[in-house]
Amino acid sequence: MTQLLNIFAPESTPARAIVDLSTLVLSVTAVIFVVVAGLLVYAIVKFRATPADADREPAQVYGSTQIELAWTIVPILIVIVLFAATARVIHAIQDAPQPPGAVEVTVIGHQFWWEYRYPALGVVTANELHIPVSDPSRPRPTFLTLLSADTDHSFWIPQLAGKTDLIPNRVNRLWMDPHRPGIFLGQCAQYCGTQHAKMLQRVSVETPDEFDAWVRSQQQPANEDLSATAGRRIFETTACINCHTVRATVANGRFGPDLTHLMSRATIASGAAENTPENLRVWLRDPDAIKPGSLMPAMRVSDAELDALVRYMTSLR
Amino acid sequence: MAIHGATIDARTWGETLHEWVTTVDHKRIGLLYILFALLFLVIAGVEALVIRIQLMYPHNDFVSPQVFNRMFTMHGTTMIFFFAMPILFGFGNYLVPLMIGARDMAFPRLNAFSFWLSALSGFLLYFSFLGGSGLYGAGSAPDAGWWAYAPLTARAFSPGSSTDYWTIAVLVSGFGSIGTAVNLIATILCMRCPGMTLGRMPLLAWLYLTMSGLALIGITPLSAAQLMLLVDRYLGGHFFDTQAGGSATLWMHFFWIFGHPEVYILVIPAFAFMSEIIPVFSRKPIFGYPVMVAATVCIAFVSMSVWAHHMFTIGMNSYANSFFAITTMAVGVPTGIKIFNWLGTMWGGRIQFKTPMLFSIAFLFQFLIAGLTGIIQAAVPFDWQLSLSYFVVAHFHYVIVGGILFAIFAAFYYWYPKVSGRLMSERLGQIHFWLFVLGFHLTFDVMHVPGLLGMPRRIYTYEPGRGWDTLNLLVSIGAFIQAVGLLVFVANLILSYWKGDKAGKDPWDAWTLEWSVSSPPPAYNFATIPTVASRRPLWDLKHPEDPDSRYE
Repeated sequence: MTQLLNIFAPESTPARAIVDLSTLVLSVTAVIFVVVAGLLVYAIVKFRATPADADREPAQVYGSTQIELAWTIVPILIVIVLFAATARVIHAIQDAPQPPGAVEVTVIGHQFWWEYRYPALGVVTANELHIPVSDPSRPRPTFLTLLSADTDHSFWIPQLAGKTDLIPNRVNRLWMDPHRPGIFLGQCAQYCGTQHAKMLQRVSVETPDEFDAWVRSQQQPANEDLSATAGRRIFETTACINCHTVRATVANGRFGPDLTHLMSRATIASGAAENTPENLRVWLRDPDAIKPGSLMPAMRVSDAELDALVRYMTSLR
Repeated sequence: MAIHGATIDARTWGETLHEWVTTVDHKRIGLLYILFALLFLVIAGVEALVIRIQLMYPHNDFVSPQVFNRMFTMHGTTMIFFFAMPILFGFGNYLVPLMIGARDMAFPRLNAFSFWLSALSGFLLYFSFLGGSGLYGAGSAPDAGWWAYAPLTARAFSPGSSTDYWTIAVLVSGFGSIGTAVNLIATILCMRCPGMTLGRMPLLAWLYLTMSGLALIGITPLSAAQLMLLVDRYLGGHFFDTQAGGSATLWMHFFWIFGHPEVYILVIPAFAFMSEIIPVFSRKPIFGYPVMVAATVCIAFVSMSVWAHHMFTIGMNSYANSFFAITTMAVGVPTGIKIFNWLGTMWGGRIQFKTPMLFSIAFLFQFLIAGLTGIIQAAVPFDWQLSLSYFVVAHFHYVIVGGILFAIFAAFYYWYPKVSGRLMSERLGQIHFWLFVLGFHLTFDVMHVPGLLGMPRRIYTYEPGRGWDTLNLLVSIGAFIQAVGLLVFVANLILSYWKGDKAGKDPWDAWTLEWSVSSPPPAYNFATIPTVASRRPLWDLKHPEDPDSRYE
């Protein structure tokens, strides 16, 4: 399915306010362009040299105070109008108070994936953000706290809001109130290292019921599947657990994504591949095959161990 | 010092080389700057083509992500520091003394020293392909982007020495630029010929004076930041080292407080070329000379308070965002005044469409669009969408290619006869012009659109099905058309040196002092220092019945 990330197809209040402002700004600049370019074309055509007047110099005109004043004052007036419109929208978006009942999510940028933590709900997930629809009659916006674990990143879902950077040692804020359910795409916008290009984002906007159901399922501890014990043992005895968490097991690393409910996600490697057993196997054998420069090392396990590991991963529903 | 043409045949190759390497003549240093810059234009152009081949198709694997990241880092760094700055300093070096009736720059040895610092830094940067390794596990050459945002440049993320090559190259080139800026200021203020008051200087001299002042103010914080980065990397400092409590945004402020004035350091010389070329080919004096000077100085001042418009997405508060919105929009006013005055210069003239004028006319339209997309991005919330996307990439290439590079081409066609004694081929010039216009617009007009469709910059590949595929293919095709245009230009430069028509002193019937001496000018420029009575001394000479000096 073609999924456009068109900034002119807004689906939430801040993105809509930006489109309204952009309509004004684009109209004003288009009029300026037509007028000035029109004058230039006119001058070029009208005052081109012809063979008839080749050896005659035109009247030497040095300037005109009135004309200079006119083309100084008119642009100043235009600037004042544009600035007033801009300042209003800056204030409306940036200084919007957080209503009670808003969903709070802490976003932590990593090389090269997204960590999402819902502190009030006790949910931790990665790469795919789930948020509820915000019905204008009963607003339930999502307020994001943006942090970084390493380098600069930038959070950008064009249809939901403008971008805001995630900067280490700095706390940034961003909010959005999607008006319809659906999947919205984006990707990291601030160069963050080798795999900046495959730090993709996926936001699932859900009805309140769907969202609450998702939260409840995410709050569960890891699924215990006895058929995957062999894979779990490999997982817990190699370096996997240094970086990954599977809640209620010994795996409590924080460097890589939380895998407790890995199979609830549609993609792996921050959107670089679909979450299928085949892709998981490729990824576990050699992450560089999907995402060269990814910080996950190839663990050099045997084929049999790989199969067991994939079975364990696919049991984490 | 040899008189040109008199002894040249008797010298060996080694003697000629020695003479050029040890020269302190402003014209030769100017040419060295220009040749050095053209070399780097070709290198960085090839890097751009690598980028464009990689982005022709989604999931293309022409180069690895590591190589791609090096390419855009080196392309940006090279084009700004080793093409645009040196070539503009080169033109300034060559032209300023001639246009103000001086025999050389104020400090000829400092001049040579500055050039060789720039040359050293350029080669140092490229030596990193052999000597440096970059981001973790990523091989040679700088790859942290041309703004080198912290903390990507910290030892933790860039353990190899490629970042050091980048830092030291930029630092050394900065010293070279500061030297030349000091030299230009001293020359323009102290070396003008009798009668040439500040108000009678050619606009080019005024604009180079402003640009040099801006360079002093802009490059100093950049150099300071590079030193701080070196302290961080090697002496345990924590200015930008976020893992030890340093500040990533501090680097952003330092970089852009250089980076935005830098745009004007580059574009003001382009304005300077336009302000000399458009009047000559419109056969009228520049419209509103004092206003043009005032607008330039005004741009320089305002441009020092707009830097954080590169940082609207870093989460500044609404007051800071509003402040930088108004200053950024305000800089459009004096810039607009300049465009209007060039229009006023053409109005009522007899416009001759020689190649320099063709490039100048294209400049006017393209710079107008570049300015307007700049205003668009000053609307902060809109910029939250546009910033860091391909829209921005299209915008600043519109400024730098559509504006500055077109002006540089115009300057080449205009002053080449003075430098070489021969005219460049009009025929090849026209082919170059139309190829470049076509390629430029195909590349950079189209490039705005993927930005509006959510495509971020600096990605080595992209997902299919987002509406970016065809657009990127068109952008890449345009890049190749521009490359062909550039080859025609280089061919024209070389062929015309031997085959071009003899230019004589004054092929364009122009009015400033450089056209009063032979082409190429003698080593000492002026046998007797001229005395001027107006802004257009050669007009006064050619029209004794109606001299400018009567009206000024």
